[in-house]
Amino acid sequence: MSDFIVGIVVFPGSNCDRDMVWALEGCLGIKTKFIWHESSDITGVDSIVLPGGFSFGDYLRCGAVARFSPLINSLNDFVKTGRRVIGICNGFQILTESGFLPGVLTTNKNLDFICNDTELEIITSKGNWFNSSNNKLKLPIAHGEGRYFCDEDTFKELSDNDLIALRYLNNPNGSSYDIAGVINKKGNVLGLMPHPERACDSSLGGNDGLFTLKSLLEFS
Amino acid sequence: MNQFEAKVSIRLRPSVLDPAGEAIKSAASKLGVEGINSLRIGKLIEVNLEAKEEKEAKEKIELLCDRLFANKVIEDFDYDLKDVNE
Repeated sequence: MSDFIVGIVVFPGSNCDRDMVWALEGCLGIKTKFIWHESSDITGVDSIVLPGGFSFGDYLRCGAVARFSPLINSLNDFVKTGRRVIGICNGFQILTESGFLPGVLTTNKNLDFICNDTELEIITSKGNWFNSSNNKLKLPIAHGEGRYFCDEDTFKELSDNDLIALRYLNNPNGSSYDIAGVINKKGNVLGLMPHPERACDSSLGGNDGLFTLKSLLEFS
Repeated sequence: MNQFEAKVSIRLRPSVLDPAGEAIKSAASKLGVEGINSLRIGKLIEVNLEAKEEKEAKEKIELLCDRLFANKVIEDFDYDLKDVNE
């Protein structure tokens, strides 16, 4: 597994890209490589992280401009091969804006920027992104626009296909149906608002994020 | 090529909560303006563009609205298009 390389996409305004290197390389010994968003060359990369931050200043809507980056255009073929993509926070917003995942992320119900640990329930085992021996996780969130919104039909589709990854226990931001993360039908694309890369060392408050990042090594 | 001006309005769909609008509504009542039943915030985008004819200008604006300006999961759009050739 030592040749496995996780590509971390860097947009103007990304700010969790280096945290992700620390988590993957420092805590898990997984090789990483930064990929500038204007590159569409993702050969030699085995899975991809769209990190958190404020790509393009969150102008217009979070993720709305980033979705037109050449790298996002080439992501479709990458996903079809079964290789894995995780979008965290702003990365999740980019995945919904670009249509890889359903729904949208918008302003928190209480208008607060919420920076806190949050308790989450693991809903799906599809894709094996979470430790199925646990039902719950504690991961930090840090967002002002993390309220997941979807209509009833989309929710039904998500439920019927077992695509809801995580739900908040206390729904801090007003998300539809308490949804904190979703996956695609194939199970190889995960988007979530909580930050697993900030929960990879117990001395920093918890290590519930390790399993999810380690699962980037799998193939769907 | 002809010059056109478009004013595009983006609105949150009625079913979507607008927390920013609610905050402004509460500020309006603190200002002493009573009787506001609802207040919702949208976006106005002004575009100056070139096109051969109005039909082409319309197609360009609709593509922009559909794919970039609005996210149709939560937003609706409409626009006014004006031929501004002298």
